[in-house]
Amino acid sequence: MMATEAVAVSTDPLQPAVTEQAEAIHVSNLHKRFGALEVLKGVSLTARDGDVVALIGGSGSGKSTFLRCINFLENPTSGVIRINGEEIKMISDGHGGQYPANRRQIERIRSRLGMVFQNFNLWQHMTLIQNVIEVPVHVLGMRRDEAMAIGEQLLERVGLSAKRDVYPAYMSGGQQQRGAIARALAIQPRVMLFDEPTSALDPELVGEVLKVIGDLAKEGRTMLLVTHEMKFAREVASHVMYLHNGIVEEEGTPDELFGSPKSERLKQFIRTVS
Amino acid sequence: MADASIIPAAVTGMFDLLSPFGPGWGANLLRGLVRSLQIAFGAFGMGLIIGTFGAYAKLYGGPIARDLAAIYTTLVRAIPELVMIILLYYAGTDLINRVLEGMGYQRVDISGLAAGIVVLGFVQGAYATEVLRGAIKAIPQGEVEAARAYGMSPILMMRRITLPAMLPHALPGLANLWLISTKDTALLAVVGFSELTLETRQAAGTTKAYMTFYLAAGALYLFITLFSNVILEFVEKRARRGMPSVKEAR
Repeated sequence: MMATEAVAVSTDPLQPAVTEQAEAIHVSNLHKRFGALEVLKGVSLTARDGDVVALIGGSGSGKSTFLRCINFLENPTSGVIRINGEEIKMISDGHGGQYPANRRQIERIRSRLGMVFQNFNLWQHMTLIQNVIEVPVHVLGMRRDEAMAIGEQLLERVGLSAKRDVYPAYMSGGQQQRGAIARALAIQPRVMLFDEPTSALDPELVGEVLKVIGDLAKEGRTMLLVTHEMKFAREVASHVMYLHNGIVEEEGTPDELFGSPKSERLKQFIRTVS
Repeated sequence: MADASIIPAAVTGMFDLLSPFGPGWGANLLRGLVRSLQIAFGAFGMGLIIGTFGAYAKLYGGPIARDLAAIYTTLVRAIPELVMIILLYYAGTDLINRVLEGMGYQRVDISGLAAGIVVLGFVQGAYATEVLRGAIKAIPQGEVEAARAYGMSPILMMRRITLPAMLPHALPGLANLWLISTKDTALLAVVGFSELTLETRQAAGTTKAYMTFYLAAGALYLFITLFSNVILEFVEKRARRGMPSVKEAR
Protein backbone atom coordinates (compact mmCIF):
# COMPACT_ATOMS: atom_id res chain seq x y z
CA MET A 1 0.00 0.00 0.00
CA MET A 2 2.85 2.37 0.73
CA ALA A 3 4.89 2.80 -2.37
CA THR A 4 8.09 4.71 -1.81
CA GLU A 5 8.87 5.11 -5.49
CA ALA A 6 7.31 8.00 -7.33
CA VAL A 7 4.27 6.92 -9.31
CA ALA A 8 2.90 8.99 -12.14
CA VAL A 9 -0.60 9.94 -11.10
CA SER A 10 -3.30 11.13 -13.41
CA THR A 11 -4.85 14.28 -12.04
CA ASP A 12 -7.62 14.14 -14.60
CA PRO A 13 -10.78 13.40 -12.63
CA LEU A 14 -12.39 11.82 -15.71
CA GLN A 15 -9.77 9.11 -15.77
CA PRO A 16 -10.26 6.91 -12.74
CA ALA A 17 -7.17 5.32 -11.28
CA VAL A 18 -7.01 1.85 -12.73
CA THR A 19 -5.00 -0.19 -10.31
CA GLU A 20 -3.85 2.00 -7.46
CA GLN A 21 -5.49 4.86 -5.65
CA ALA A 22 -4.22 8.31 -6.50
CA GLU A 23 -1.35 9.71 -4.49
CA ALA A 24 -2.53 12.31 -1.97
CA ILE A 25 0.68 13.13 -0.13
CA HIS A 26 4.21 12.29 -1.06
CA VAL A 27 7.15 13.25 1.13
CA SER A 28 10.69 12.22 0.43
CA ASN A 29 13.83 12.58 2.47
CA LEU A 30 12.49 15.31 4.74
CA HIS A 31 14.96 17.03 7.05
CA LYS A 32 14.18 19.60 9.68
CA ARG A 33 16.71 21.40 11.81
CA PHE A 34 16.06 23.81 14.67
CA GLY A 35 19.41 25.52 15.07
CA ALA A 36 21.91 22.83 15.92
CA LEU A 37 19.21 20.27 16.68
CA GLU A 38 18.21 18.04 13.80
CA VAL A 39 14.68 16.88 14.55
CA LEU A 40 13.99 15.03 11.29
CA LYS A 41 16.78 13.17 9.54
CA GLY A 42 15.30 12.06 6.27
CA VAL A 43 11.72 10.87 6.61
CA SER A 44 9.72 9.70 3.60
CA LEU A 45 6.07 8.81 3.20
CA THR A 46 3.49 8.30 0.50
CA ALA A 47 -0.19 8.31 1.32
CA ARG A 48 -2.76 7.34 -1.29
CA ASP A 49 -6.44 8.12 -1.19
CA GLY A 50 -8.08 6.12 1.56
CA ASP A 51 -4.87 5.47 3.48
CA VAL A 52 -4.84 5.99 7.21
CA VAL A 53 -1.24 6.46 8.28
CA ALA A 54 -0.52 6.46 11.99
CA LEU A 55 2.68 8.07 13.21
CA ILE A 56 3.80 6.78 16.58
CA GLY A 57 6.89 7.35 18.64
CA GLY A 58 8.12 8.74 21.91
CA SER A 59 8.22 12.36 22.93
CA GLY A 60 10.81 14.23 20.87
CA SER A 61 10.81 11.61 18.11
CA GLY A 62 9.82 14.25 15.55
CA LYS A 63 6.37 12.90 14.67
CA SER A 64 4.50 16.16 15.33
CA THR A 65 7.19 18.19 13.55
CA PHE A 66 6.85 15.90 10.55
CA LEU A 67 3.09 16.48 10.43
CA ARG A 68 3.54 20.24 10.79
CA CYS A 69 6.05 20.27 7.93
CA ILE A 70 3.43 18.80 5.60
CA ASN A 71 1.30 21.95 5.70
CA PHE A 72 4.33 24.18 6.23
CA LEU A 73 3.52 25.33 9.73
CA GLU A 74 7.21 24.46 10.00
CA ASN A 75 9.48 24.98 7.00
CA PRO A 76 11.37 21.78 6.26
CA THR A 77 15.12 22.31 6.01
CA SER A 78 15.30 20.08 2.94
CA GLY A 79 13.28 17.42 1.18
CA VAL A 80 10.48 17.20 -1.35
CA ILE A 81 6.79 17.49 -0.51
CA ARG A 82 4.09 16.81 -3.08
CA ILE A 83 0.44 17.27 -2.28
CA ASN A 84 -2.31 16.35 -4.75
CA GLY A 85 0.53 15.67 -7.17
CA GLU A 86 1.70 19.26 -6.88
CA GLU A 87 5.26 19.82 -5.70
CA ILE A 88 5.79 22.74 -3.33
CA LYS A 89 8.42 25.07 -4.67
CA MET A 90 11.02 26.14 -2.17
CA ILE A 91 13.71 28.83 -2.18
CA SER A 92 16.97 28.65 -0.29
CA ASP A 93 17.25 31.20 2.51
CA GLY A 94 21.04 31.31 2.15
CA HIS A 95 21.61 29.87 5.63
CA GLY A 96 21.17 26.20 4.78
CA GLY A 97 17.39 26.33 5.11
CA GLN A 98 14.58 27.05 2.71
CA TYR A 99 11.17 28.62 2.63
CA PRO A 100 8.17 28.37 0.29
CA ALA A 101 8.66 30.28 -2.95
CA ASN A 102 5.01 31.14 -3.39
CA ARG A 103 2.79 32.08 -0.47
CA ARG A 104 -0.36 31.58 -2.53
CA GLN A 105 0.60 28.05 -3.42
CA ILE A 106 1.03 27.27 0.27
CA GLU A 107 -2.30 28.90 1.11
CA ARG A 108 -4.07 26.94 -1.62
CA ILE A 109 -2.56 23.67 -0.45
CA ARG A 110 -3.28 24.37 3.20
CA SER A 111 -6.92 25.01 2.38
CA ARG A 112 -7.16 21.39 1.16
CA LEU A 113 -5.60 19.88 4.29
CA GLY A 114 -7.86 19.67 7.32
CA MET A 115 -5.71 20.02 10.39
CA VAL A 116 -6.89 19.00 13.85
CA PHE A 117 -4.70 20.23 16.71
CA GLN A 118 -3.88 18.84 20.11
CA ASN A 119 -5.35 21.94 21.79
CA PHE A 120 -8.34 22.24 19.40
CA ASN A 121 -7.49 25.88 18.53
CA LEU A 122 -11.07 26.85 17.78
CA TRP A 123 -11.48 30.59 17.31
CA GLN A 124 -12.81 31.81 20.63
CA HIS A 125 -14.67 34.86 19.34
CA MET A 126 -16.86 32.77 17.06
CA THR A 127 -19.66 30.37 17.85
CA LEU A 128 -19.24 26.75 16.85
CA ILE A 129 -21.12 27.10 13.56
CA GLN A 130 -19.20 30.28 12.75
CA ASN A 131 -15.95 28.37 13.32
CA VAL A 132 -17.12 25.64 10.95
CA ILE A 133 -18.16 27.94 8.09
CA GLU A 134 -15.29 30.43 8.46
CA VAL A 135 -12.82 28.78 6.09
CA PRO A 136 -15.37 27.64 3.47
CA VAL A 137 -16.83 31.16 3.26
CA HIS A 138 -13.76 33.36 3.64
CA VAL A 139 -10.96 31.24 2.20
CA LEU A 140 -12.71 28.98 -0.29
CA GLY A 141 -15.33 31.52 -1.36
CA MET A 142 -18.35 29.31 -0.78
CA ARG A 143 -21.78 30.93 -0.49
CA ARG A 144 -22.76 31.51 3.10
CA ASP A 145 -26.08 29.64 3.00
CA GLU A 146 -24.43 26.70 1.28
CA ALA A 147 -21.63 26.60 3.87
CA MET A 148 -24.25 26.88 6.61
CA ALA A 149 -26.17 23.85 5.30
CA ILE A 150 -22.99 21.76 5.07
CA GLY A 151 -21.83 23.01 8.48
CA GLU A 152 -25.08 21.98 10.12
CA GLN A 153 -24.86 18.50 8.63
CA LEU A 154 -21.29 18.17 9.91
CA LEU A 155 -22.25 19.28 13.40
CA GLU A 156 -24.98 16.68 13.40
CA ARG A 157 -22.42 14.06 12.37
CA VAL A 158 -20.14 14.85 15.27
CA GLY A 159 -23.14 15.06 17.61
CA LEU A 160 -22.98 18.79 18.31
CA SER A 161 -26.12 20.18 16.68
CA ALA A 162 -27.27 21.45 20.07
CA LYS A 163 -24.02 23.42 20.50
CA ARG A 164 -24.39 25.23 17.17
CA ASP A 165 -24.52 28.74 18.65
CA VAL A 166 -22.31 28.12 21.67
CA TYR A 167 -18.87 29.70 22.05
CA PRO A 168 -15.95 27.26 22.43
CA ALA A 169 -15.12 28.45 25.95
CA TYR A 170 -18.45 27.02 27.11
CA MET A 171 -17.82 23.55 25.70
CA SER A 172 -15.95 20.55 27.13
CA GLY A 173 -12.61 19.54 25.63
CA GLY A 174 -14.18 16.58 23.86
CA GLN A 175 -16.89 18.77 22.38
CA GLN A 176 -14.34 21.34 21.24
CA GLN A 177 -12.25 18.67 19.56
CA ARG A 178 -15.29 17.19 17.80
CA GLY A 179 -16.13 20.74 16.71
CA ALA A 180 -12.58 21.15 15.42
CA ILE A 181 -13.02 17.94 13.41
CA ALA A 182 -16.21 19.39 11.92
CA ARG A 183 -14.27 22.54 11.02
CA ALA A 184 -11.66 20.39 9.26
CA LEU A 185 -14.33 18.38 7.41
CA ALA A 186 -16.05 21.57 6.24
CA ILE A 187 -13.25 22.35 3.80
CA GLN A 188 -13.81 18.95 2.15
CA PRO A 189 -10.16 18.11 2.74
CA ARG A 190 -8.14 15.88 0.51
CA VAL A 191 -6.26 14.72 3.57
CA MET A 192 -6.92 15.17 7.26
CA LEU A 193 -3.99 15.78 9.58
CA PHE A 194 -4.45 14.88 13.23
CA ASP A 195 -1.79 16.15 15.64
CA GLU A 196 -2.26 14.16 18.85
CA PRO A 197 -6.00 14.90 18.88
CA THR A 198 -6.71 13.28 22.24
CA SER A 199 -3.59 14.18 24.22
CA ALA A 200 -5.09 17.26 25.86
CA LEU A 201 -8.35 15.58 26.82
CA ASP A 202 -9.52 14.26 30.14
CA PRO A 203 -9.51 10.44 29.98
CA GLU A 204 -13.30 10.16 30.02
CA LEU A 205 -13.55 12.41 26.94
CA VAL A 206 -11.06 10.53 24.77
CA GLY A 207 -13.58 7.90 23.66
CA GLU A 208 -16.06 10.28 22.03
CA VAL A 209 -13.31 11.88 19.93
CA LEU A 210 -11.74 8.56 18.90
CA LYS A 211 -15.16 7.30 17.84
CA VAL A 212 -15.57 10.24 15.44
CA ILE A 213 -12.07 9.75 14.01
CA GLY A 214 -12.64 6.00 13.72
CA ASP A 215 -15.86 6.56 11.76
CA LEU A 216 -14.01 8.85 9.36
CA ALA A 217 -11.35 6.19 8.83
CA LYS A 218 -14.04 3.59 8.12
CA GLU A 219 -15.63 5.70 5.42
CA GLY A 220 -12.32 5.82 3.59
CA ARG A 221 -11.02 9.29 4.48
CA THR A 222 -7.35 9.80 3.86
CA MET A 223 -5.59 10.77 7.04
CA LEU A 224 -2.31 11.14 8.82
CA LEU A 225 -2.62 10.62 12.53
CA VAL A 226 -0.01 11.40 15.14
CA THR A 227 -1.16 9.59 18.23
CA HIS A 228 -0.29 8.01 21.55
CA GLU A 229 -3.37 5.78 21.44
CA MET A 230 -1.73 2.51 20.35
CA LYS A 231 -4.86 0.40 20.52
CA PHE A 232 -6.70 2.93 18.38
CA ALA A 233 -3.82 3.17 15.88
CA ARG A 234 -3.87 -0.59 15.52
CA GLU A 235 -7.63 -0.57 14.87
CA VAL A 236 -7.93 2.22 12.34
CA ALA A 237 -4.56 2.56 10.60
CA SER A 238 -3.72 0.96 7.29
CA HIS A 239 -0.07 1.76 7.79
CA VAL A 240 1.96 2.57 10.89
CA MET A 241 5.27 4.40 11.09
CA TYR A 242 7.37 4.31 14.22
CA LEU A 243 9.65 7.32 14.50
CA HIS A 244 12.65 7.46 16.78
CA ASN A 245 15.14 10.34 16.93
CA GLY A 246 13.99 11.77 13.63
CA ILE A 247 14.14 8.65 11.49
CA VAL A 248 11.61 5.95 10.63
CA GLU A 249 12.81 3.12 12.79
CA GLU A 250 10.18 0.68 11.54
CA GLU A 251 7.03 0.79 9.42
CA GLY A 252 4.44 -1.58 8.09
CA THR A 253 0.89 -2.75 8.63
CA PRO A 254 -0.48 -2.46 12.17
CA ASP A 255 -0.34 -6.22 12.61
CA GLU A 256 3.31 -6.33 11.57
CA LEU A 257 4.34 -3.50 13.85
CA PHE A 258 2.29 -4.30 16.89
CA GLY A 259 2.14 -8.08 16.37
CA SER A 260 5.77 -8.79 15.61
CA PRO A 261 7.93 -5.72 16.09
CA LYS A 262 11.46 -6.27 14.84
CA SER A 263 13.54 -3.53 16.41
CA GLU A 264 14.38 -3.68 20.08
CA ARG A 265 13.39 -0.01 20.52
CA LEU A 266 9.90 -0.54 19.12
CA LYS A 267 9.40 -3.59 21.32
CA GLN A 268 10.36 -1.54 24.32
CA PHE A 269 8.18 1.39 23.20
CA ILE A 270 5.13 -0.84 22.81
CA ARG A 271 5.76 -2.33 26.25
CA THR A 272 5.98 1.06 27.92
CA VAL A 273 2.90 2.63 26.33
CA SER A 274 0.52 -0.32 26.53
CA MET B 1 -36.14 87.65 53.58
CA ALA B 2 -33.18 89.56 52.29
CA ASP B 3 -30.97 86.50 52.60
CA ALA B 4 -33.40 84.34 50.73
CA SER B 5 -33.56 86.69 47.78
CA ILE B 6 -29.76 86.71 47.24
CA ILE B 7 -29.45 83.05 46.34
CA PRO B 8 -32.16 82.94 43.70
CA ALA B 9 -30.69 86.11 42.20
CA ALA B 10 -27.25 84.46 41.99
CA VAL B 11 -28.69 81.30 40.55
CA THR B 12 -30.77 83.08 37.95
CA GLY B 13 -27.70 85.17 37.12
CA MET B 14 -25.73 81.95 36.58
CA PHE B 15 -28.34 80.54 34.27
CA ASP B 16 -28.48 83.83 32.37
CA LEU B 17 -24.74 83.64 31.81
CA LEU B 18 -24.91 80.01 30.69
CA SER B 19 -27.96 80.47 28.49
CA PRO B 20 -27.35 79.48 24.89
CA PHE B 21 -29.43 82.47 23.75
CA GLY B 22 -28.91 86.23 23.67
CA PRO B 23 -26.25 87.60 25.95
CA GLY B 24 -25.57 84.17 27.52
CA TRP B 25 -22.30 82.33 26.73
CA GLY B 26 -23.80 78.83 26.54
CA ALA B 27 -23.64 78.70 22.75
CA ASN B 28 -19.89 79.45 22.84
CA LEU B 29 -19.31 76.66 25.33
CA LEU B 30 -21.34 74.18 23.30
CA ARG B 31 -19.47 75.17 20.15
CA GLY B 32 -16.21 74.54 22.00
CA LEU B 33 -17.54 71.18 23.17
CA VAL B 34 -18.39 70.14 19.62
CA ARG B 35 -14.91 71.17 18.41
CA SER B 36 -13.28 69.29 21.28
CA LEU B 37 -15.26 66.17 20.42
CA GLN B 38 -14.37 66.46 16.73
CA ILE B 39 -10.70 66.63 17.59
CA ALA B 40 -10.94 63.82 20.13
CA PHE B 41 -12.69 61.54 17.62
CA GLY B 42 -10.29 62.38 14.83
CA ALA B 43 -7.19 62.02 16.95
CA PHE B 44 -8.36 58.75 18.51
CA GLY B 45 -9.21 57.32 15.08
CA MET B 46 -5.91 58.40 13.62
CA GLY B 47 -4.14 57.02 16.68
CA LEU B 48 -5.85 53.65 16.13
CA ILE B 49 -4.71 53.50 12.52
CA ILE B 50 -1.13 54.49 13.36
CA GLY B 51 -1.20 52.14 16.34
CA THR B 52 -2.31 49.17 14.23
CA PHE B 53 0.51 49.75 11.76
CA GLY B 54 2.95 50.41 14.60
CA ALA B 55 2.00 47.24 16.47
CA TYR B 56 2.27 45.08 13.34
CA ALA B 57 5.60 46.72 12.48
CA LYS B 58 6.95 46.02 15.95
CA LEU B 59 5.70 42.43 16.05
CA TYR B 60 6.12 41.21 12.48
CA GLY B 61 8.09 43.89 10.64
CA GLY B 62 11.58 43.66 9.27
CA PRO B 63 14.51 45.29 11.08
CA ILE B 64 13.91 48.74 9.52
CA ALA B 65 10.17 48.83 10.24
CA ARG B 66 10.81 47.63 13.79
CA ASP B 67 13.45 50.29 14.44
CA LEU B 68 11.33 53.08 12.97
CA ALA B 69 8.40 52.06 15.17
CA ALA B 70 10.66 51.90 18.21
CA ILE B 71 12.07 55.39 17.57
CA TYR B 72 8.57 56.77 17.07
CA THR B 73 7.09 55.34 20.25
CA THR B 74 10.15 56.23 22.32
CA LEU B 75 10.35 59.84 21.17
CA VAL B 76 6.65 60.59 21.36
CA ARG B 77 6.30 59.06 24.79
CA ALA B 78 9.44 60.79 26.06
CA ILE B 79 8.48 64.36 25.13
CA PRO B 80 5.80 66.18 27.16
CA GLU B 81 2.59 66.39 25.16
CA LEU B 82 2.39 70.15 25.52
CA VAL B 83 5.84 70.51 23.97
CA MET B 84 4.89 68.06 21.21
CA ILE B 85 1.77 70.04 20.43
CA ILE B 86 3.52 73.39 20.25
CA LEU B 87 6.38 71.89 18.26
CA LEU B 88 4.24 70.03 15.76
CA TYR B 89 1.64 72.77 15.46
CA TYR B 90 4.00 75.65 14.69
CA ALA B 91 6.94 73.76 13.23
CA GLY B 92 4.65 71.38 11.33
CA THR B 93 2.59 74.08 9.61
CA ASP B 94 5.75 76.08 8.93
CA LEU B 95 7.40 73.04 7.39
CA ILE B 96 4.43 72.32 5.15
CA ASN B 97 4.35 75.92 3.93
CA ARG B 98 8.09 75.98 3.25
CA VAL B 99 7.76 72.79 1.24
CA LEU B 100 4.83 74.27 -0.68
CA GLU B 101 6.71 77.47 -1.36
CA GLY B 102 9.78 75.52 -2.36
CA MET B 103 7.68 73.68 -4.91
CA GLY B 104 6.29 76.98 -6.14
CA TYR B 105 2.85 76.80 -4.58
CA GLN B 106 1.04 79.39 -2.47
CA ARG B 107 1.22 79.23 1.31
CA VAL B 108 -1.90 77.67 2.79
CA ASP B 109 -3.75 78.33 5.99
CA ILE B 110 -3.91 75.00 7.75
CA SER B 111 -7.19 74.68 9.62
CA GLY B 112 -6.87 74.46 13.37
CA LEU B 113 -9.14 71.45 13.35
CA ALA B 114 -7.02 69.45 10.91
CA ALA B 115 -3.78 70.44 12.63
CA GLY B 116 -5.21 69.56 16.04
CA ILE B 117 -6.33 66.13 14.86
CA VAL B 118 -2.98 65.35 13.24
CA VAL B 119 -0.95 66.54 16.21
CA LEU B 120 -2.96 64.69 18.87
CA GLY B 121 -3.40 61.67 16.59
CA PHE B 122 0.37 61.45 16.20
CA VAL B 123 0.76 61.40 19.98
CA GLN B 124 -2.10 58.92 20.46
CA GLY B 125 -0.61 56.61 17.83
CA ALA B 126 2.48 55.96 19.94
CA TYR B 127 0.46 54.90 22.96
CA ALA B 128 -1.99 52.92 20.81
CA THR B 129 0.96 51.04 19.27
CA GLU B 130 1.90 49.69 22.67
CA VAL B 131 -1.69 48.92 23.73
CA LEU B 132 -2.36 46.99 20.52
CA ARG B 133 1.01 45.23 20.56
CA GLY B 134 0.28 43.91 24.04
CA ALA B 135 -3.22 42.85 23.01
CA ILE B 136 -2.02 40.98 19.92
CA LYS B 137 0.55 39.17 22.04
CA ALA B 138 -2.23 38.07 24.38
CA ILE B 139 -4.03 36.12 21.62
CA PRO B 140 -3.59 32.37 22.13
CA GLN B 141 -1.01 31.37 19.49
CA GLY B 142 -2.99 28.28 18.61
CA GLU B 143 -5.77 30.39 17.11
CA VAL B 144 -3.31 32.20 14.86
CA GLU B 145 -1.74 28.88 13.93
CA ALA B 146 -5.15 27.44 13.03
CA ALA B 147 -5.77 30.42 10.75
CA ARG B 148 -2.44 29.78 8.99
CA ALA B 149 -3.09 26.05 8.79
CA TYR B 150 -6.36 26.69 6.96
CA GLY B 151 -4.75 28.84 4.28
CA MET B 152 -5.74 32.33 5.40
CA SER B 153 -3.71 35.10 3.81
CA PRO B 154 -2.08 37.60 6.20
CA ILE B 155 -4.69 40.28 5.47
CA LEU B 156 -7.62 37.89 5.88
CA MET B 157 -6.14 36.56 9.11
CA MET B 158 -5.76 40.10 10.45
CA ARG B 159 -9.35 40.98 9.57
CA ARG B 160 -11.08 37.77 10.64
CA ILE B 161 -8.93 36.43 13.48
CA THR B 162 -6.23 38.70 14.91
CA LEU B 163 -8.11 41.99 15.24
CA PRO B 164 -11.34 40.55 16.69
CA ALA B 165 -9.39 38.22 18.98
CA MET B 166 -7.16 40.98 20.36
CA LEU B 167 -9.99 43.48 20.87
CA PRO B 168 -11.07 42.30 24.33
CA HIS B 169 -7.45 42.56 25.50
CA ALA B 170 -7.03 46.00 23.95
CA LEU B 171 -10.25 47.64 25.06
CA PRO B 172 -9.34 48.68 28.61
CA GLY B 173 -6.20 50.35 27.28
CA LEU B 174 -8.03 51.89 24.33
CA ALA B 175 -10.74 53.22 26.63
CA ASN B 176 -8.02 55.01 28.58
CA LEU B 177 -6.65 56.47 25.39
CA TRP B 178 -10.08 57.71 24.32
CA LEU B 179 -10.67 59.48 27.65
CA ILE B 180 -7.18 60.97 27.55
CA SER B 181 -7.84 62.11 24.01
CA THR B 182 -11.01 63.98 25.06
CA LYS B 183 -9.07 65.86 27.71
CA ASP B 184 -5.91 66.43 25.67
CA THR B 185 -7.98 68.59 23.36
CA ALA B 186 -7.72 71.21 26.12
CA LEU B 187 -3.99 71.44 25.41
CA LEU B 188 -4.82 72.91 22.01
CA ALA B 189 -5.94 76.06 23.83
CA VAL B 190 -2.26 77.05 23.96
CA VAL B 191 -2.09 77.27 20.19
CA GLY B 192 -5.25 79.36 20.07
CA PHE B 193 -7.69 76.72 18.89
CA SER B 194 -11.18 77.53 20.18
CA GLU B 195 -12.08 74.29 21.85
CA LEU B 196 -14.02 73.97 25.08
CA THR B 197 -11.27 75.17 27.43
CA LEU B 198 -10.37 78.28 25.44
CA GLU B 199 -14.03 79.20 24.96
CA THR B 200 -14.49 78.81 28.70
CA ARG B 201 -11.52 81.02 29.48
CA GLN B 202 -12.82 83.74 27.17
CA ALA B 203 -16.32 83.61 28.63
CA ALA B 204 -14.98 83.64 32.18
CA GLY B 205 -12.49 86.41 31.48
CA THR B 206 -15.10 88.63 29.90
CA THR B 207 -17.81 88.17 32.53
CA LYS B 208 -15.51 87.60 35.53
CA ALA B 209 -17.79 84.67 36.44
CA TYR B 210 -14.86 82.25 36.70
CA MET B 211 -16.51 79.79 39.05
CA THR B 212 -19.63 79.50 36.93
CA PHE B 213 -17.89 78.87 33.64
CA TYR B 214 -15.14 76.56 34.85
CA LEU B 215 -17.67 74.50 36.78
CA ALA B 216 -19.82 74.32 33.67
CA ALA B 217 -16.83 73.22 31.57
CA GLY B 218 -15.93 70.64 34.19
CA ALA B 219 -19.48 69.33 34.07
CA LEU B 220 -19.31 69.05 30.28
CA TYR B 221 -16.03 67.08 30.44
CA LEU B 222 -17.57 64.85 33.10
CA PHE B 223 -20.59 64.32 30.91
CA ILE B 224 -18.36 63.20 28.01
CA THR B 225 -16.66 60.69 30.28
CA LEU B 226 -19.88 59.30 31.72
CA PHE B 227 -21.43 58.95 28.30
CA SER B 228 -18.22 57.31 26.98
CA ASN B 229 -18.29 54.82 29.82
CA VAL B 230 -21.74 53.64 28.81
CA ILE B 231 -20.64 53.13 25.21
CA LEU B 232 -17.34 51.51 26.16
CA GLU B 233 -19.03 49.09 28.51
CA PHE B 234 -21.33 48.02 25.69
CA VAL B 235 -18.45 47.63 23.25
CA GLU B 236 -16.40 45.63 25.71
CA LYS B 237 -19.31 43.33 26.45
CA ARG B 238 -19.69 42.71 22.74
CA ALA B 239 -15.94 42.14 22.20
CA ARG B 240 -15.79 39.72 25.11
CA ARG B 241 -18.57 37.53 23.72
CA GLY B 242 -17.39 33.97 23.95
CA MET B 243 -15.19 34.70 26.95
CA PRO B 244 -16.48 33.52 30.31
CA SER B 245 -16.67 36.30 32.88
CA VAL B 246 -13.64 36.71 35.08
CA LYS B 247 -15.80 36.14 38.16
CA GLU B 248 -16.77 32.66 36.98
CA ALA B 249 -13.14 31.68 36.62
CA ARG B 250 -12.26 32.79 40.14
